[in-house]
Amino acid sequence: MTIAIDAPRAPARRFAATPGQALLAALIALFLAFFLVIPVLTVIYVAFTEKGSGTFTLINFYDFARTDLFIASFWNSMYVAVMTVVLASLFALPLAYLTTRFEFRGAGLVQMLGFIPLIMPPFAGAVAMQLLFGRNGTINLLLDDWLGFKIPFMEGLNGVVFAQAVHYFPFILINLSAALRNIDRSMEEAAQNLGCHGLRLFRRIVFPLAMPGYIAGASLVFVKVFDDLATPLLLNVKDMLAPQAYLRITSIGLADPMGYVIAVVLIIVSVAAMGASAWVMKGRDYATVQRGGGGLTKRPMNLSQAIGAYAVVLLILFLVLAPHIGLFLLSIATVWSFSPLPDAFTFAHYTRVFAESSVFIKNTLLYATLAGTIDVVLGTAIAYLVLRTKLPGRQWLDWTASAALAIPGVVLGIGYLRTFFDVKMPDGTSFASFWFVIVLALAIRRLPYALRACYAALQQVSSSLEEAAENLGATKYRTVRRIVLPLMMGGMLAGFVTSFATAAVELSATLMLVQSTSDAPLAYGLYVFMQSPAGRGPGAALGIIAVVLVAVCSLISNWIIERNQHLRNTRT
Amino acid sequence: MRAFIQLLALAVLAALAPAQAQAPTGKVTVLTSFSKDVTDPFKKAFEAAHPGTTVEIQNRNTNAGVKLLEETRSANQVDIFWASAPDAFEVLKGKKLLQLYKPKATGIPAKIGAYPINDPDGYYSGFAASGYGIMWNERYVKANKLPDPKEWQDLAKPVYFDHVSIAAQSRSGTTHLTLETILQGEGWDKGWRTIKEWSGNLRDVTERSFGVPDAVNSGQVGYGIVIDFFAFAAQAAGFPVKFVYPTVTTIVPANVAVVANPPNKAGAEAYVEFILSAAGQEVLLDKGVRRLPVRPETYTKAPADYPNPFKDPSLGGKVTFDSGVSSARTAVVDTLYDQLVSFQLDSLKAATKAIHAAEAALAKKDTPAGRALLQEARDLVAKMPVTAEQAASPEVRAAFTGGKQKSARQAELEQQWAASAKSNYAAAEAKAAEAAKLAR
Repeated sequence: MTIAIDAPRAPARRFAATPGQALLAALIALFLAFFLVIPVLTVIYVAFTEKGSGTFTLINFYDFARTDLFIASFWNSMYVAVMTVVLASLFALPLAYLTTRFEFRGAGLVQMLGFIPLIMPPFAGAVAMQLLFGRNGTINLLLDDWLGFKIPFMEGLNGVVFAQAVHYFPFILINLSAALRNIDRSMEEAAQNLGCHGLRLFRRIVFPLAMPGYIAGASLVFVKVFDDLATPLLLNVKDMLAPQAYLRITSIGLADPMGYVIAVVLIIVSVAAMGASAWVMKGRDYATVQRGGGGLTKRPMNLSQAIGAYAVVLLILFLVLAPHIGLFLLSIATVWSFSPLPDAFTFAHYTRVFAESSVFIKNTLLYATLAGTIDVVLGTAIAYLVLRTKLPGRQWLDWTASAALAIPGVVLGIGYLRTFFDVKMPDGTSFASFWFVIVLALAIRRLPYALRACYAALQQVSSSLEEAAENLGATKYRTVRRIVLPLMMGGMLAGFVTSFATAAVELSATLMLVQSTSDAPLAYGLYVFMQSPAGRGPGAALGIIAVVLVAVCSLISNWIIERNQHLRNTRT
Repeated sequence: MRAFIQLLALAVLAALAPAQAQAPTGKVTVLTSFSKDVTDPFKKAFEAAHPGTTVEIQNRNTNAGVKLLEETRSANQVDIFWASAPDAFEVLKGKKLLQLYKPKATGIPAKIGAYPINDPDGYYSGFAASGYGIMWNERYVKANKLPDPKEWQDLAKPVYFDHVSIAAQSRSGTTHLTLETILQGEGWDKGWRTIKEWSGNLRDVTERSFGVPDAVNSGQVGYGIVIDFFAFAAQAAGFPVKFVYPTVTTIVPANVAVVANPPNKAGAEAYVEFILSAAGQEVLLDKGVRRLPVRPETYTKAPADYPNPFKDPSLGGKVTFDSGVSSARTAVVDTLYDQLVSFQLDSLKAATKAIHAAEAALAKKDTPAGRALLQEARDLVAKMPVTAEQAASPEVRAAFTGGKQKSARQAELEQQWAASAKSNYAAAEAKAAEAAKLAR
């Protein structure tokens, strides 16, 4: 047996790097250099120059440290990111544990619904959330009518924590569920045989074994929230780092280096957080030889447990799906203003949207699928190189890719224009106006999601399985293809779905890169609608279409992969 | 139908002049911050007037549009830049990203209200006017039993505390012009006093111009300081909102310009001519568009209650706007507002609330000592870290542009201003609390 949770220094044996692995690492490094590092450097080098003269200086960082607003913003961002991880864990833990470890009717549905909050279309989601939870949203209007008080769900830093936790908790849910499914059930059974049950079983056996998945999800939530600017800005919270950077970078005609200084700080914190999460996991072995398929079936619940479990799950689902419920109401509403529910209902918005948006839908599916695929391939390769080889500098691949989380979309967009606009395609048009550049930008921005998922999946695969395969004469390539990849499939799927779904609704980098309406994705169409009062309904309708579309595609890919795995299992 | 034929006939007439020179064909690419409600009618009308052309609309917010033109200047793909904020056009002009083009259209006056319609250098032309005012949600106002405001000063009254929203002027060129109008109309110190007095009542300062009408429409805030067409478009969409122009308001033109090195020069020029033509101007009266035409005669076709800045002297006529003064201190004024109001909103609101409370207490039991303390509190809130002369001085401007003469870096100035505002607001809050105690 290979489980050795608290045994320090029992590292998985690493194989020496082959020329093929070195080549792979070099190719990935080149890709990251061209499509992440260089474009971003062309923009943020300003942080290291003196305004006006352009000479190299570090004075801007000194100014950062001496400005009260920035320091306060730094701690506010820290507070929001940490509290969001806590709240998101409270949402995700019961959903993940109950649906994977117990006989729970509708587990698949809960898993799917729990994933939907990640598909939050820009603008529309925030508008819908204000309509439900805002100061004069449905809930507060009703509370005020009946009980005479209001709850400030959406105000200040805690409002940001609430909105962010609702939006990003699926990162924890998805990664934790994948990890829980991968645990060898005989571990739980052994513990149960020894008299361990209930919370103690979860705290001492199940949760520690699922740690890689939880850490992957939690670190993503932390970094994502730390770097996110859209939610704070839509809630009008400006004293956080990412909004400060954004406000300074995008003001017209101002050449202020401080925006870029903040971007550098964001990158450093993000990479440090990723490094810290790797360090926490260091020297621990989470691999089990048997996969979750073995052992007994899921545990049954007695009646009172079942009632409690369903109540908890339904409450959480209502909270996290509220924005989408609001969005749906908005999409069929005529006028919704200062009232608990819209004045009247109509389907006119859908007819208007369907008539003019089919090209957006096609583009979105194409771009998000390509970006998700690129991400899973890169994520798996990077995870393999980091965890299974001794290539010098392999950690840098991981850190560089993760730093993409901290790059504001608008910085990446400007960087792409700056780097690629003068690169001409064979037909004389600019490379930057070629639609594939949008795919690359999406892939880079969503790579960290897929990477974390693949990384966690590989951590749970015992290297002794690979050693066994190689001892039996399999080549390295064949081992990866026949042993590692099938065992990682669950995590890779989680990675693909997260990258795909979030790429489908991303806007900030796209907005810089879309050069013609025929190349535009759904998020752009939504943006155009949401700029006018009459466009709120159609915008929401387009948002709902995006959510349904992405959810259905994720379901299908889930189904295909599970069927393949099932076929393989029955064959062997 | 008759209106349509008239429109068509006018369109053909308007099209004739440029058609003789060089008939526009092909794709005209328009980069704009205007919403679909505005761009769609113009696209339709232009394509009808110039068969063989198609209009490709690229929708961006103004900032992103400026950045796009900047980054793609080596092989520009855009023919027309079309947006509200005159300062964005100034920036583009300064970076030599606009083509000099004097429209052939005649019959457009030189000024609307006090503001010149066209760029004196001929790089961009005003095609419609808009005025700033106060928009409110009737249901919200009714539920909270609030009065209808008429003037900017009304918004400073205690009853509006925490009910008003505005877009940050560093993010919205049109908000900037509104504040600059107040500063020019009332003078630097008094103007800032007015601005801070009603800013203390703000619920929030949004970073998107559209965030304000959005919040008013949905009833999250009661009142918004917005540009008129946001309110008109909301009314057209059926939202229960009202709008008023205060007497001191600016009427500012929204502009159109040909981008430097346009891929379709003939098409670009035809587009500018079209929206300035009588036919193009009538599209502005469209229900979803609702902007003020720059051709005085177009108003004869407008609905009865349509505001007419050429007839109504209260619309923007009271203030003379000096764009030289404005552009010399744009960055300083924007940064001052951000540092003294946007980023200090909590402490400014705390001080304002204490002042409102003290005033209410003194109204019941007046004491001279309390009055004096209250005045001190008000003066502390109004206190500015820089004078008008300093704001326009080369030293301060250089801090923002990176020039050589700077006495301090921008980040240092920001820190000084923010720190002084914070301590002034805290002191004001304490004084006001003391005044309230005396009255008890």
